[in-house]
Amino acid sequence: MARQEKLVKTIDIPLLGMYLALLLLGWLTIYASELDVNADIDAWDMSISSGRQLLFIGTSSVLIILIMATDYKFYDVFSYFIYAGILLVLVAVLGVGKTVAGSKSWLGVGTFGVQPSEFAKFATSLALAKYLSNPLIRLDRWPDLNRAAIIIAIPAILILLQNDTGSTLVFSAFIIPLFREGLPPWIPNLGLGIVFLFVLTLIVPQTWLLVAIGVIAVAAFFIIDKTLNNVIALAIIASVICLVVIGANYFINDVLQPHQRNRIKVLVQPGIDPLGVGWNVTQSKNAIGSGGFLGKGYLEGTQTKFDFVPEQSTDFIFCTIGEEFGFLGSLLVCGLFLGMLWRLVYLADRQKMKFSRVYGYCVAAIIFFHFTINIGMTVGLLPVIGIPLPFISYGGSSLWSFTILLFIFLKLDAHRSQMLSRDAG
Amino acid sequence: MFESRQRTIIFVFALVAFVMLLRLFYMQVIDDSYKEAAANISLQRIIEYPYRGIVYDRKGKICVYNVPVYDVMVLPKEVKKGMDTTRFCSLFGITKEEFSETITAARTYSKVKPSPFIKQLSHTEFAKVQDQLIDFPGFFISPRTVRGYDHSSMGIVLGYIGEISAGRLEKYKKEGNNYYRSGDYLGISGLENYYEEQLRGKRGVKFMMVDVNGIQKGHYKDGIFDTAAVRGDNLYSTIDLELQKFGEELMKNKKGSIICMEPKTGEILAMISSPTYDPNLLRGRDFSKNYMALQKDPLKPLFNRALMAPYPPGSIFKTLQALTAMQEGVIDSNMVWPCVQDVVHCHPHPGPCNLRQSIQWSCNPYYLQVFRRIINQHKSGNTFLDTRIGYDKWREYISSFGIGQKLGIDMPSEKKGILRTVAYYDRIYGEKHWKYSNVYSLSIGQGELGLSPLHMANMACVLANRGYYYTPHFIKKIGEKGTTPAQFKVRHQTKVAAEHFESIITGMQWAVQGGTVWSQARMKTVNICGKTGTAQNPHGKDHSIFICFAPKENPTIAVATVVENSGFGGFVAAPIATLMVEKYLNDTIQRKNLYEHMLSRDYIHKDTSSNGKTGEAGKNH
Repeated sequence: MARQEKLVKTIDIPLLGMYLALLLLGWLTIYASELDVNADIDAWDMSISSGRQLLFIGTSSVLIILIMATDYKFYDVFSYFIYAGILLVLVAVLGVGKTVAGSKSWLGVGTFGVQPSEFAKFATSLALAKYLSNPLIRLDRWPDLNRAAIIIAIPAILILLQNDTGSTLVFSAFIIPLFREGLPPWIPNLGLGIVFLFVLTLIVPQTWLLVAIGVIAVAAFFIIDKTLNNVIALAIIASVICLVVIGANYFINDVLQPHQRNRIKVLVQPGIDPLGVGWNVTQSKNAIGSGGFLGKGYLEGTQTKFDFVPEQSTDFIFCTIGEEFGFLGSLLVCGLFLGMLWRLVYLADRQKMKFSRVYGYCVAAIIFFHFTINIGMTVGLLPVIGIPLPFISYGGSSLWSFTILLFIFLKLDAHRSQMLSRDAG
Repeated sequence: MFESRQRTIIFVFALVAFVMLLRLFYMQVIDDSYKEAAANISLQRIIEYPYRGIVYDRKGKICVYNVPVYDVMVLPKEVKKGMDTTRFCSLFGITKEEFSETITAARTYSKVKPSPFIKQLSHTEFAKVQDQLIDFPGFFISPRTVRGYDHSSMGIVLGYIGEISAGRLEKYKKEGNNYYRSGDYLGISGLENYYEEQLRGKRGVKFMMVDVNGIQKGHYKDGIFDTAAVRGDNLYSTIDLELQKFGEELMKNKKGSIICMEPKTGEILAMISSPTYDPNLLRGRDFSKNYMALQKDPLKPLFNRALMAPYPPGSIFKTLQALTAMQEGVIDSNMVWPCVQDVVHCHPHPGPCNLRQSIQWSCNPYYLQVFRRIINQHKSGNTFLDTRIGYDKWREYISSFGIGQKLGIDMPSEKKGILRTVAYYDRIYGEKHWKYSNVYSLSIGQGELGLSPLHMANMACVLANRGYYYTPHFIKKIGEKGTTPAQFKVRHQTKVAAEHFESIITGMQWAVQGGTVWSQARMKTVNICGKTGTAQNPHGKDHSIFICFAPKENPTIAVATVVENSGFGGFVAAPIATLMVEKYLNDTIQRKNLYEHMLSRDYIHKDTSSNGKTGEAGKNH
């Protein structure tokens, strides 16, 4: 009993508080999204999403108790086993999974299905943390970097094979913990550069872009010192950029499936797919934009009540918040997420064990990625990629996986004083 | 190490959150256009269903068209709790139980998506309720079309349309076909199914702005997102509607099939599968009830015998045996063979036959010998090996007539029939354990052989064309400006050269003029060439089979007829086929007595072997 009391004292109260606040906000919004004024249905009726979400919240608290009751060393010691186990399940899904909305990513358990890809996130975080916790690993060396990349890539590829592009992209978030642990800055910068060129190819026709690169290269040629090395470097950089542009163009037009291509093109040309994605985004923006500063009031939304936006209680749940709570609601959600991310990074950096620190950064990175993509999609800044808003969106697998992800870290943090520092520095 | 990077990461997090908030502040506080778009106005997406294509016959008569009907739809979430259900029920003539049952089903499907409540009101019914519907929020009218027919034939050719089933919807989704939605109608059988994509057209979408009272306020953004419905293409079919009707009438009270084709193009003039059904049964509100009844009917009216039923061809097959043997050079047209009935029986006919006479009289022992010569050409000293070689050779010939395979007709559910391989006999008897005596039944079209009436009609076309055929098809063109699809313009050459056909065709001419065909079935004015078949089968009396084409030179029609369990080929199938020829070539029937006689035959409900000759006359003519 003494140990239990200590646990309650050592668990990080701000983080727990923000978790509960997001959960509550989420549940209220799910109820609002599906509200049917004329039907006599209680919010906790199992036939509607809010009722089922209550069940998911209940089961999540069971998960929290289990995580807190497990010895903190378990996660360190068994991280690779957990990772391997999840990989096996991901392979199994490819064989026996159910297809929902085009993605073969569900395993049926009774009437409820689970999405193993959701759980791959915390498992990969554990494995990456375990690998990087070795003080001899240095991320500016290729062999070590490659091994870290493989740990991330295997589950990502398996999930891509399930045709679940959104969940695959989440794995790119691991670049943040890698960066924190010493990844050479040019790698994330290169990534950003490619994304930038990618967006440019969408907006500017390919030939113009190539001409522009040529012009800039020629201009640069007159400015730089004309040493042989400089000229060669300039030529190489210019041709690499050209190749990236051509590659991005090829990728968008020939590799992406039409619906994915539309999701990207709709950002620059909202009218391109009025029946599909363009429609969703337009409706989503109308709902959020019409919320105003104070919002229309809880349960008073009109735009989100008409089933305009599909996935209204899952991926597009932020519409309802934006419409009913207005900019204040947006401020609250962004504030809670930013607070949570800041607290996570702060806690991660006070860990004595490198394992806990890396894991903490992984948690922050994954939540950050989901937050960015999800809100960015609903406000029309980013392509429509179907991933949920953590703790708020309806869905058992998503809630469970984020709860596990967060609470393993809270457990590790609660025991930080018991851990010996293995990281020199 | 790298502690300073914490600040970079925090900065990135804060920057992104800031950008999002900036965007949200702009959308929610500064920019008013979203508020305008949403100010008491919401958008409705209205689906416009396209007109389904019409089907014409070869002479331009309409085979199927569209009739407007009106579905009463319900949007459960807009239905008011206190609505006057009594008035509603009396208006539509339904009971309160039906009302609550349907509305519960609709609620279960979706509260925010419309479900059909009462389907297919006619125009007059619609006029009656139109004004009163305004008092029942949540209910509205959705116009739609169903199929309409001016006649009661062609059911099996045209097929029917119906609501898409959950299973099919799921299957299409898996295949990446996302066109259909729950509640959509699509072609389920026949031409409606095969040409579904061409007939259905393209659905249109209108985005309408609607105020809080549900009143439309015009097109969203002046309609730039709207797409117009594109009507389906019309089909110009090869069917002769009058001939089709005539054939269906002739086949009343008979089980079986007639197919008429134009040999030089492969166009199908008529396809009758009997018993058939009236297409009007499967078009309206009673679809389900009628469909169940047809499904339960032991005579299987929904089963397309013309494409799906495999029959032993019987003696019509002798034409192919003779052609194969001629091409192989194992017989010539002067070969004479006595009618010795030690292995197979025959029926009384004049003396030993030559090739022409063997067709004229359908002599069984003659073909026992012909087939033996094809199978055992003494290519190998071992009888078993020799049989294998010969059988393989023979099978190649028969396959070249399209037998044992799907011909590729433009209609779903074609069956390939039965034509066994060497491997099959090896499996049954053991390798090198079978020889001619195991397969000799094939010589007279019995045994392990199954031809659909379509295969038989195709045989008739090959005979008429002296050696080639075109894939049988129902379509001249799709759409006003269309042309015949390319696959129907490919000429399929059989392995038999044109010169070998003449003696067999002469035999067929003699068969009609003075051979196995009933004398009443002859036509004085037209030179018909035909071959009778009488196929033994385990289901009762012999199937009466006949193939023919006419006129002998430059044929314009080829016919195959099968009448199940009706006896001798020359007495039932042959007169029906020649009546079809007469109808098509002359448009009127001169042989009124024959016509009345054939019309009155009933081979389903009671045994009317009235011509008295069928039972005793012997088998395999």
